[in-house]
Amino acid sequence: MRHFDLEMNDLKKRLVDMAEIVQEMIKISVDMIVKRDINLAKEVFNRERETNLTEIVVDDICLKLIALNQPVGTDLRFITSAMKINSDLERMGDEAVNICEIGDNLLKYPDLKPLIDIPKMSNAIISMVRDSICAFNTSDADLADTVLSKDDDVDELKRTIIKDLLEFMTNTSDKTMLIRAMDLMFIAKNLERLGDHATNIAEDVIFMVHGKDIRHLKSI
Amino acid sequence: MDDIKIRIKNLNLYYTNFHAIKNVNMNIRANKITALIGPSGCGKSTLLRTLNRINDTIDGVRITGEVVINGKNIYSEDAIVDRVRREVGMVFQRPNPFPLSIYNNIAFGLEINRMVKSKKETDKIVRETLEDVQLYDDLKNSLKMSALNLSLEQQQRLCVARVLAIKPQIILLDEPCSALDPKSTANIEELMQELKQKYTLVIVTHNMQQAARISDDTGYMLLGKLIEFDRTSTIFTNPSKKETDDYVSGRFG
Repeated sequence: MRHFDLEMNDLKKRLVDMAEIVQEMIKISVDMIVKRDINLAKEVFNRERETNLTEIVVDDICLKLIALNQPVGTDLRFITSAMKINSDLERMGDEAVNICEIGDNLLKYPDLKPLIDIPKMSNAIISMVRDSICAFNTSDADLADTVLSKDDDVDELKRTIIKDLLEFMTNTSDKTMLIRAMDLMFIAKNLERLGDHATNIAEDVIFMVHGKDIRHLKSI
Repeated sequence: MDDIKIRIKNLNLYYTNFHAIKNVNMNIRANKITALIGPSGCGKSTLLRTLNRINDTIDGVRITGEVVINGKNIYSEDAIVDRVRREVGMVFQRPNPFPLSIYNNIAFGLEINRMVKSKKETDKIVRETLEDVQLYDDLKNSLKMSALNLSLEQQQRLCVARVLAIKPQIILLDEPCSALDPKSTANIEELMQELKQKYTLVIVTHNMQQAARISDDTGYMLLGKLIEFDRTSTIFTNPSKKETDDYVSGRFG
């Protein structure tokens, strides 16, 4: 195997590992809210440090691969996609941290309502991340395509959550209930952003495999 | 701490009155590939050739300064030139096999240096060195064939094998791929990556992309001066001198 190919494989492995950590972060951050276990936040914060470090290392590897090998064609698309996926994964880690920070406030109060749709949303997003990174790992554009349609389900769940919470808010004047409803709305928003990042990764994979840019097709 | 194989100290070289190498100082790391790049006439080949005293054969050459290999200055009065050239082998731009059989191309150096006592020993070294350059499997049944019948890439591999047979510690390569097509070039580059496990390699190349791809350290030369010498990744991503940046980015040279 060419020296260059070994380095490309190493890059791929780092991103797959990073995505694994990000999936854990999403799961733990939502578990923290559902199980009302404040200690889980620490696990997310620790993993965030890891993803931050990986982001810097991966960017450096990509920069050197481009500068030292002058890649073209699929190799070039792979590296530029890897740089964007790297950035998306790091941002996803930040979103999980945001959920924990909101959770820190939320857990000061009793449950507003049983949480059903938020764990559903989180599971859907974790499977999007898993599929998008698997599509990257195996250059499977068809799998990446399935991630795009799943994002619509996530958006639908978010709308349902917001609608339910708005109902709560219109029927109460209790300040603590309003705070809790607002926090849950922010969490739904964070989860939706996580879905968007997974979608970005899937779009990058399609570009990487076919050289076709499918972003913003409806708006431009 | 890196193991330094070659220490070049205040090295100057004059071709009669022309000052071709101007006070060069550099430490070349062991078991790494060091590339010398720069525009034509900058002195990179001349500098390479000072490392095994091949410039000595040119009339009017005068050298000051030191090249220290294994703790010994190869330009000191008691240095033995033959030994220097055994320790520091060289591969040239155009493959230059002897007009002999493949076998004898390798055996020649062993016999002239009295490095073998028996045919069996020669056979063993011929086989090992051809294996090292990944030629043995293809040529094991035609070792008596003239080396001149080989493809250019195979000839260049044979020239590397010929150097390896003498058991050098350092291999100098002067534009070793410029006569080769892209595929053969890629194969020789992979071979260099293999060889650095056992040897220290110094390569002169006018192909900047090649220097970037294969080397660990890169020196940029201009008008006889070593402008910048650093890790290859630094030279090609964030060089400290503007002259280097202009050259590697194609604005100059």
